[in-house]
Amino acid sequence: MTQEPVTEEHRTVNADPTPSATDAAADKLRDVVADRETEGPTGNSTIFGLRGLTVYYADFRAVKEVTADIRENEITALIGPSGCGKSTVLRCFNRMNDLIETARVDGSLTYHGVDLYGKNVDPVEVRRRIGMVFQKPNPFPKSIYENVVYGPKIGGMKGNLDDIVEESLRKAVLWDEVKDKLDESGLALSGGQQQRLCIARAIATSPDVLLMDEPCSSLDPIATLRIEELMLELKQDYTIVIVTHNMQQAARVSDRTAFFTVDVSDDGQRTGKLVEFDVTNRLFTSPSKTETEDYITGRFG
Amino acid sequence: MAETTSTAPTTTDLVRGTLEGRRVNPVNTLVSGLLLIALLSSLLVLAVLLADVFGKGWGLLTERGADFLTTPLSPNAVDAGIFQGVMGSIALTAIVIVVAFPLGVAAAVYLEEYAPTNRLTQFITTNIRNLAGVPSIVYGLLGFSVFVNLFSGATGGRTVITGGLTLALLVLPIMIITTSEALRAVPTALREASMGVGATRWETIRHHVLPVALPAILTGSVLTVARAFGETAPLLLSGAVLSLYFAVPPEAGFVSLMTEQSYTALPMIIYNWARQPQEEFVALTSAAIIVLLAMLLIVNAAAIVARDHFERKST
Ligand SMILES: Nc1ncnc2c1ncn2[C@@H]1O[C@H](COP(=O)(O)OP(=O)(O)O)[C@@H](O)[C@H]1O
Ligand SMILES: [Mg+2]
Repeated sequence: MTQEPVTEEHRTVNADPTPSATDAAADKLRDVVADRETEGPTGNSTIFGLRGLTVYYADFRAVKEVTADIRENEITALIGPSGCGKSTVLRCFNRMNDLIETARVDGSLTYHGVDLYGKNVDPVEVRRRIGMVFQKPNPFPKSIYENVVYGPKIGGMKGNLDDIVEESLRKAVLWDEVKDKLDESGLALSGGQQQRLCIARAIATSPDVLLMDEPCSSLDPIATLRIEELMLELKQDYTIVIVTHNMQQAARVSDRTAFFTVDVSDDGQRTGKLVEFDVTNRLFTSPSKTETEDYITGRFG
Repeated sequence: MAETTSTAPTTTDLVRGTLEGRRVNPVNTLVSGLLLIALLSSLLVLAVLLADVFGKGWGLLTERGADFLTTPLSPNAVDAGIFQGVMGSIALTAIVIVVAFPLGVAAAVYLEEYAPTNRLTQFITTNIRNLAGVPSIVYGLLGFSVFVNLFSGATGGRTVITGGLTLALLVLPIMIITTSEALRAVPTALREASMGVGATRWETIRHHVLPVALPAILTGSVLTVARAFGETAPLLLSGAVLSLYFAVPPEAGFVSLMTEQSYTALPMIIYNWARQPQEEFVALTSAAIIVLLAMLLIVNAAAIVARDHFERKST
């Protein structure tokens, strides 16, 4: 929609560089942000509202007091050092943490204003609307066709299943590569293709949101590029929340970025927390917290 | 020779020197030699046993042919067959499979996929392992007191049903353990993938977890059933007939064979014949052992075929 935040902020920073602006790493990120052709953040309405979200694994508090608003049809990136609770937070959005027996959630998390952890909420319904792509591609050990059709089939979706399969594979930019071998095993595909198959499987149920947990971490650069292009494409129809290890990637694709880190208390307890959540180019060009700045300039740890 | 001494060693030579160790590593050779001896000696024992059995029984088997299987028991060695034993063993195995397989798989699915991990389930799991180690004769006593006395109305007393249920109890713990292990080997990522597209827990188990675990479950179950197939002690106690005479003649048909309080099984016949003083029973015993082994092989082969079928389906 508006191009202004990208260009203006870039100019401001160059004109009046903060001390860290001299850091090569930070410069590079700024260039990435500035070179983006995509639109900046929108004035879209909130889809996920997090208020004091705290997650425990048994007695261990993995992440505390996360408060943020995630907006519709934007790409929101969660970044931060390993173990700071990015995956933990992401897995709250579709109640995937329910699969871990010890996990417990405090605070509130709303989806379109509905408390996701409310008493009457059926996690199965939640997951139909909020799809997920995992770190390691995990196709079913079944044919490509069955991989994609599984969600719509068990969800009792109306419409021609063949059409749903084709449309999902096209959206995931995989159709041309697999259209002649739909009955071959999904496991026979390359890593990048498998991940796109997982994306096709996730969008086949026509979800509202796509959650992606480091979807490119096991892929080569070319496959990564394709997934990134795909995310920008999918943004038109879906809200995307992506966990990424790669700051360049967050800078390239996301509209907003949440930076998490680990707090170490006096008695050695490590708890993840949200440090800063802002429009991506602002977070990378003029972070308001020194912790963020240290991390994006590579001074962390 | 002259060349190598005259020129300075090249990098390749130096690297080769560091990479190529001693050709013969004595420890390595010793260990693999010992392991090979262990393997060969167990194979040798097996081979001697088989040679002995086939040497004594093969002649009788080829001479009597299929008649040996279809002739009823008799105290006279010349016309003694193993008909009731074969029928009894088939019936027992069928009952074990029908009862223990679904029950064991269901119990394991509950323990692994549904039950919360707490003291109680840990206690149960530990005790299932303990039960798997209980001597089979104890199961025989249990079968006697429960199926022969307590529930004689349902089992008909000392029938093949009682024997089958006793053997099913015997293998149930092993069946549960085998299935649990197969389920635990299914990656979490598969469950997440399925739940992630909105499958319920049961759909996830039925469509993804069980199909992937099935080959391993089948392999384990076959070994388990094979164990039941060869058991004598629990049958002795739970009412199998140990006699050269037999109450139910084969003409009486399958139903009476199942329901009369008089059944036997191959291992029982072998046990009984082996104790007979007459020379002729030596050949009979060996011939019956060969039949038992052949039936075990058939059960195994069927399971391998089934496993391959499901393995191909799930990849
Ligand atoms: N299933 C679990 N059980 C116990 N602790 C866990 C579990 N999953 C993650 N944790 C812990 O929670 C913290 C946050 O983990 P995670 O969300 O995976 O971090 P990130 O994705 O940022 O690397 C880490 O200390 C991790 O060890
Ligand atoms: Mg993670």
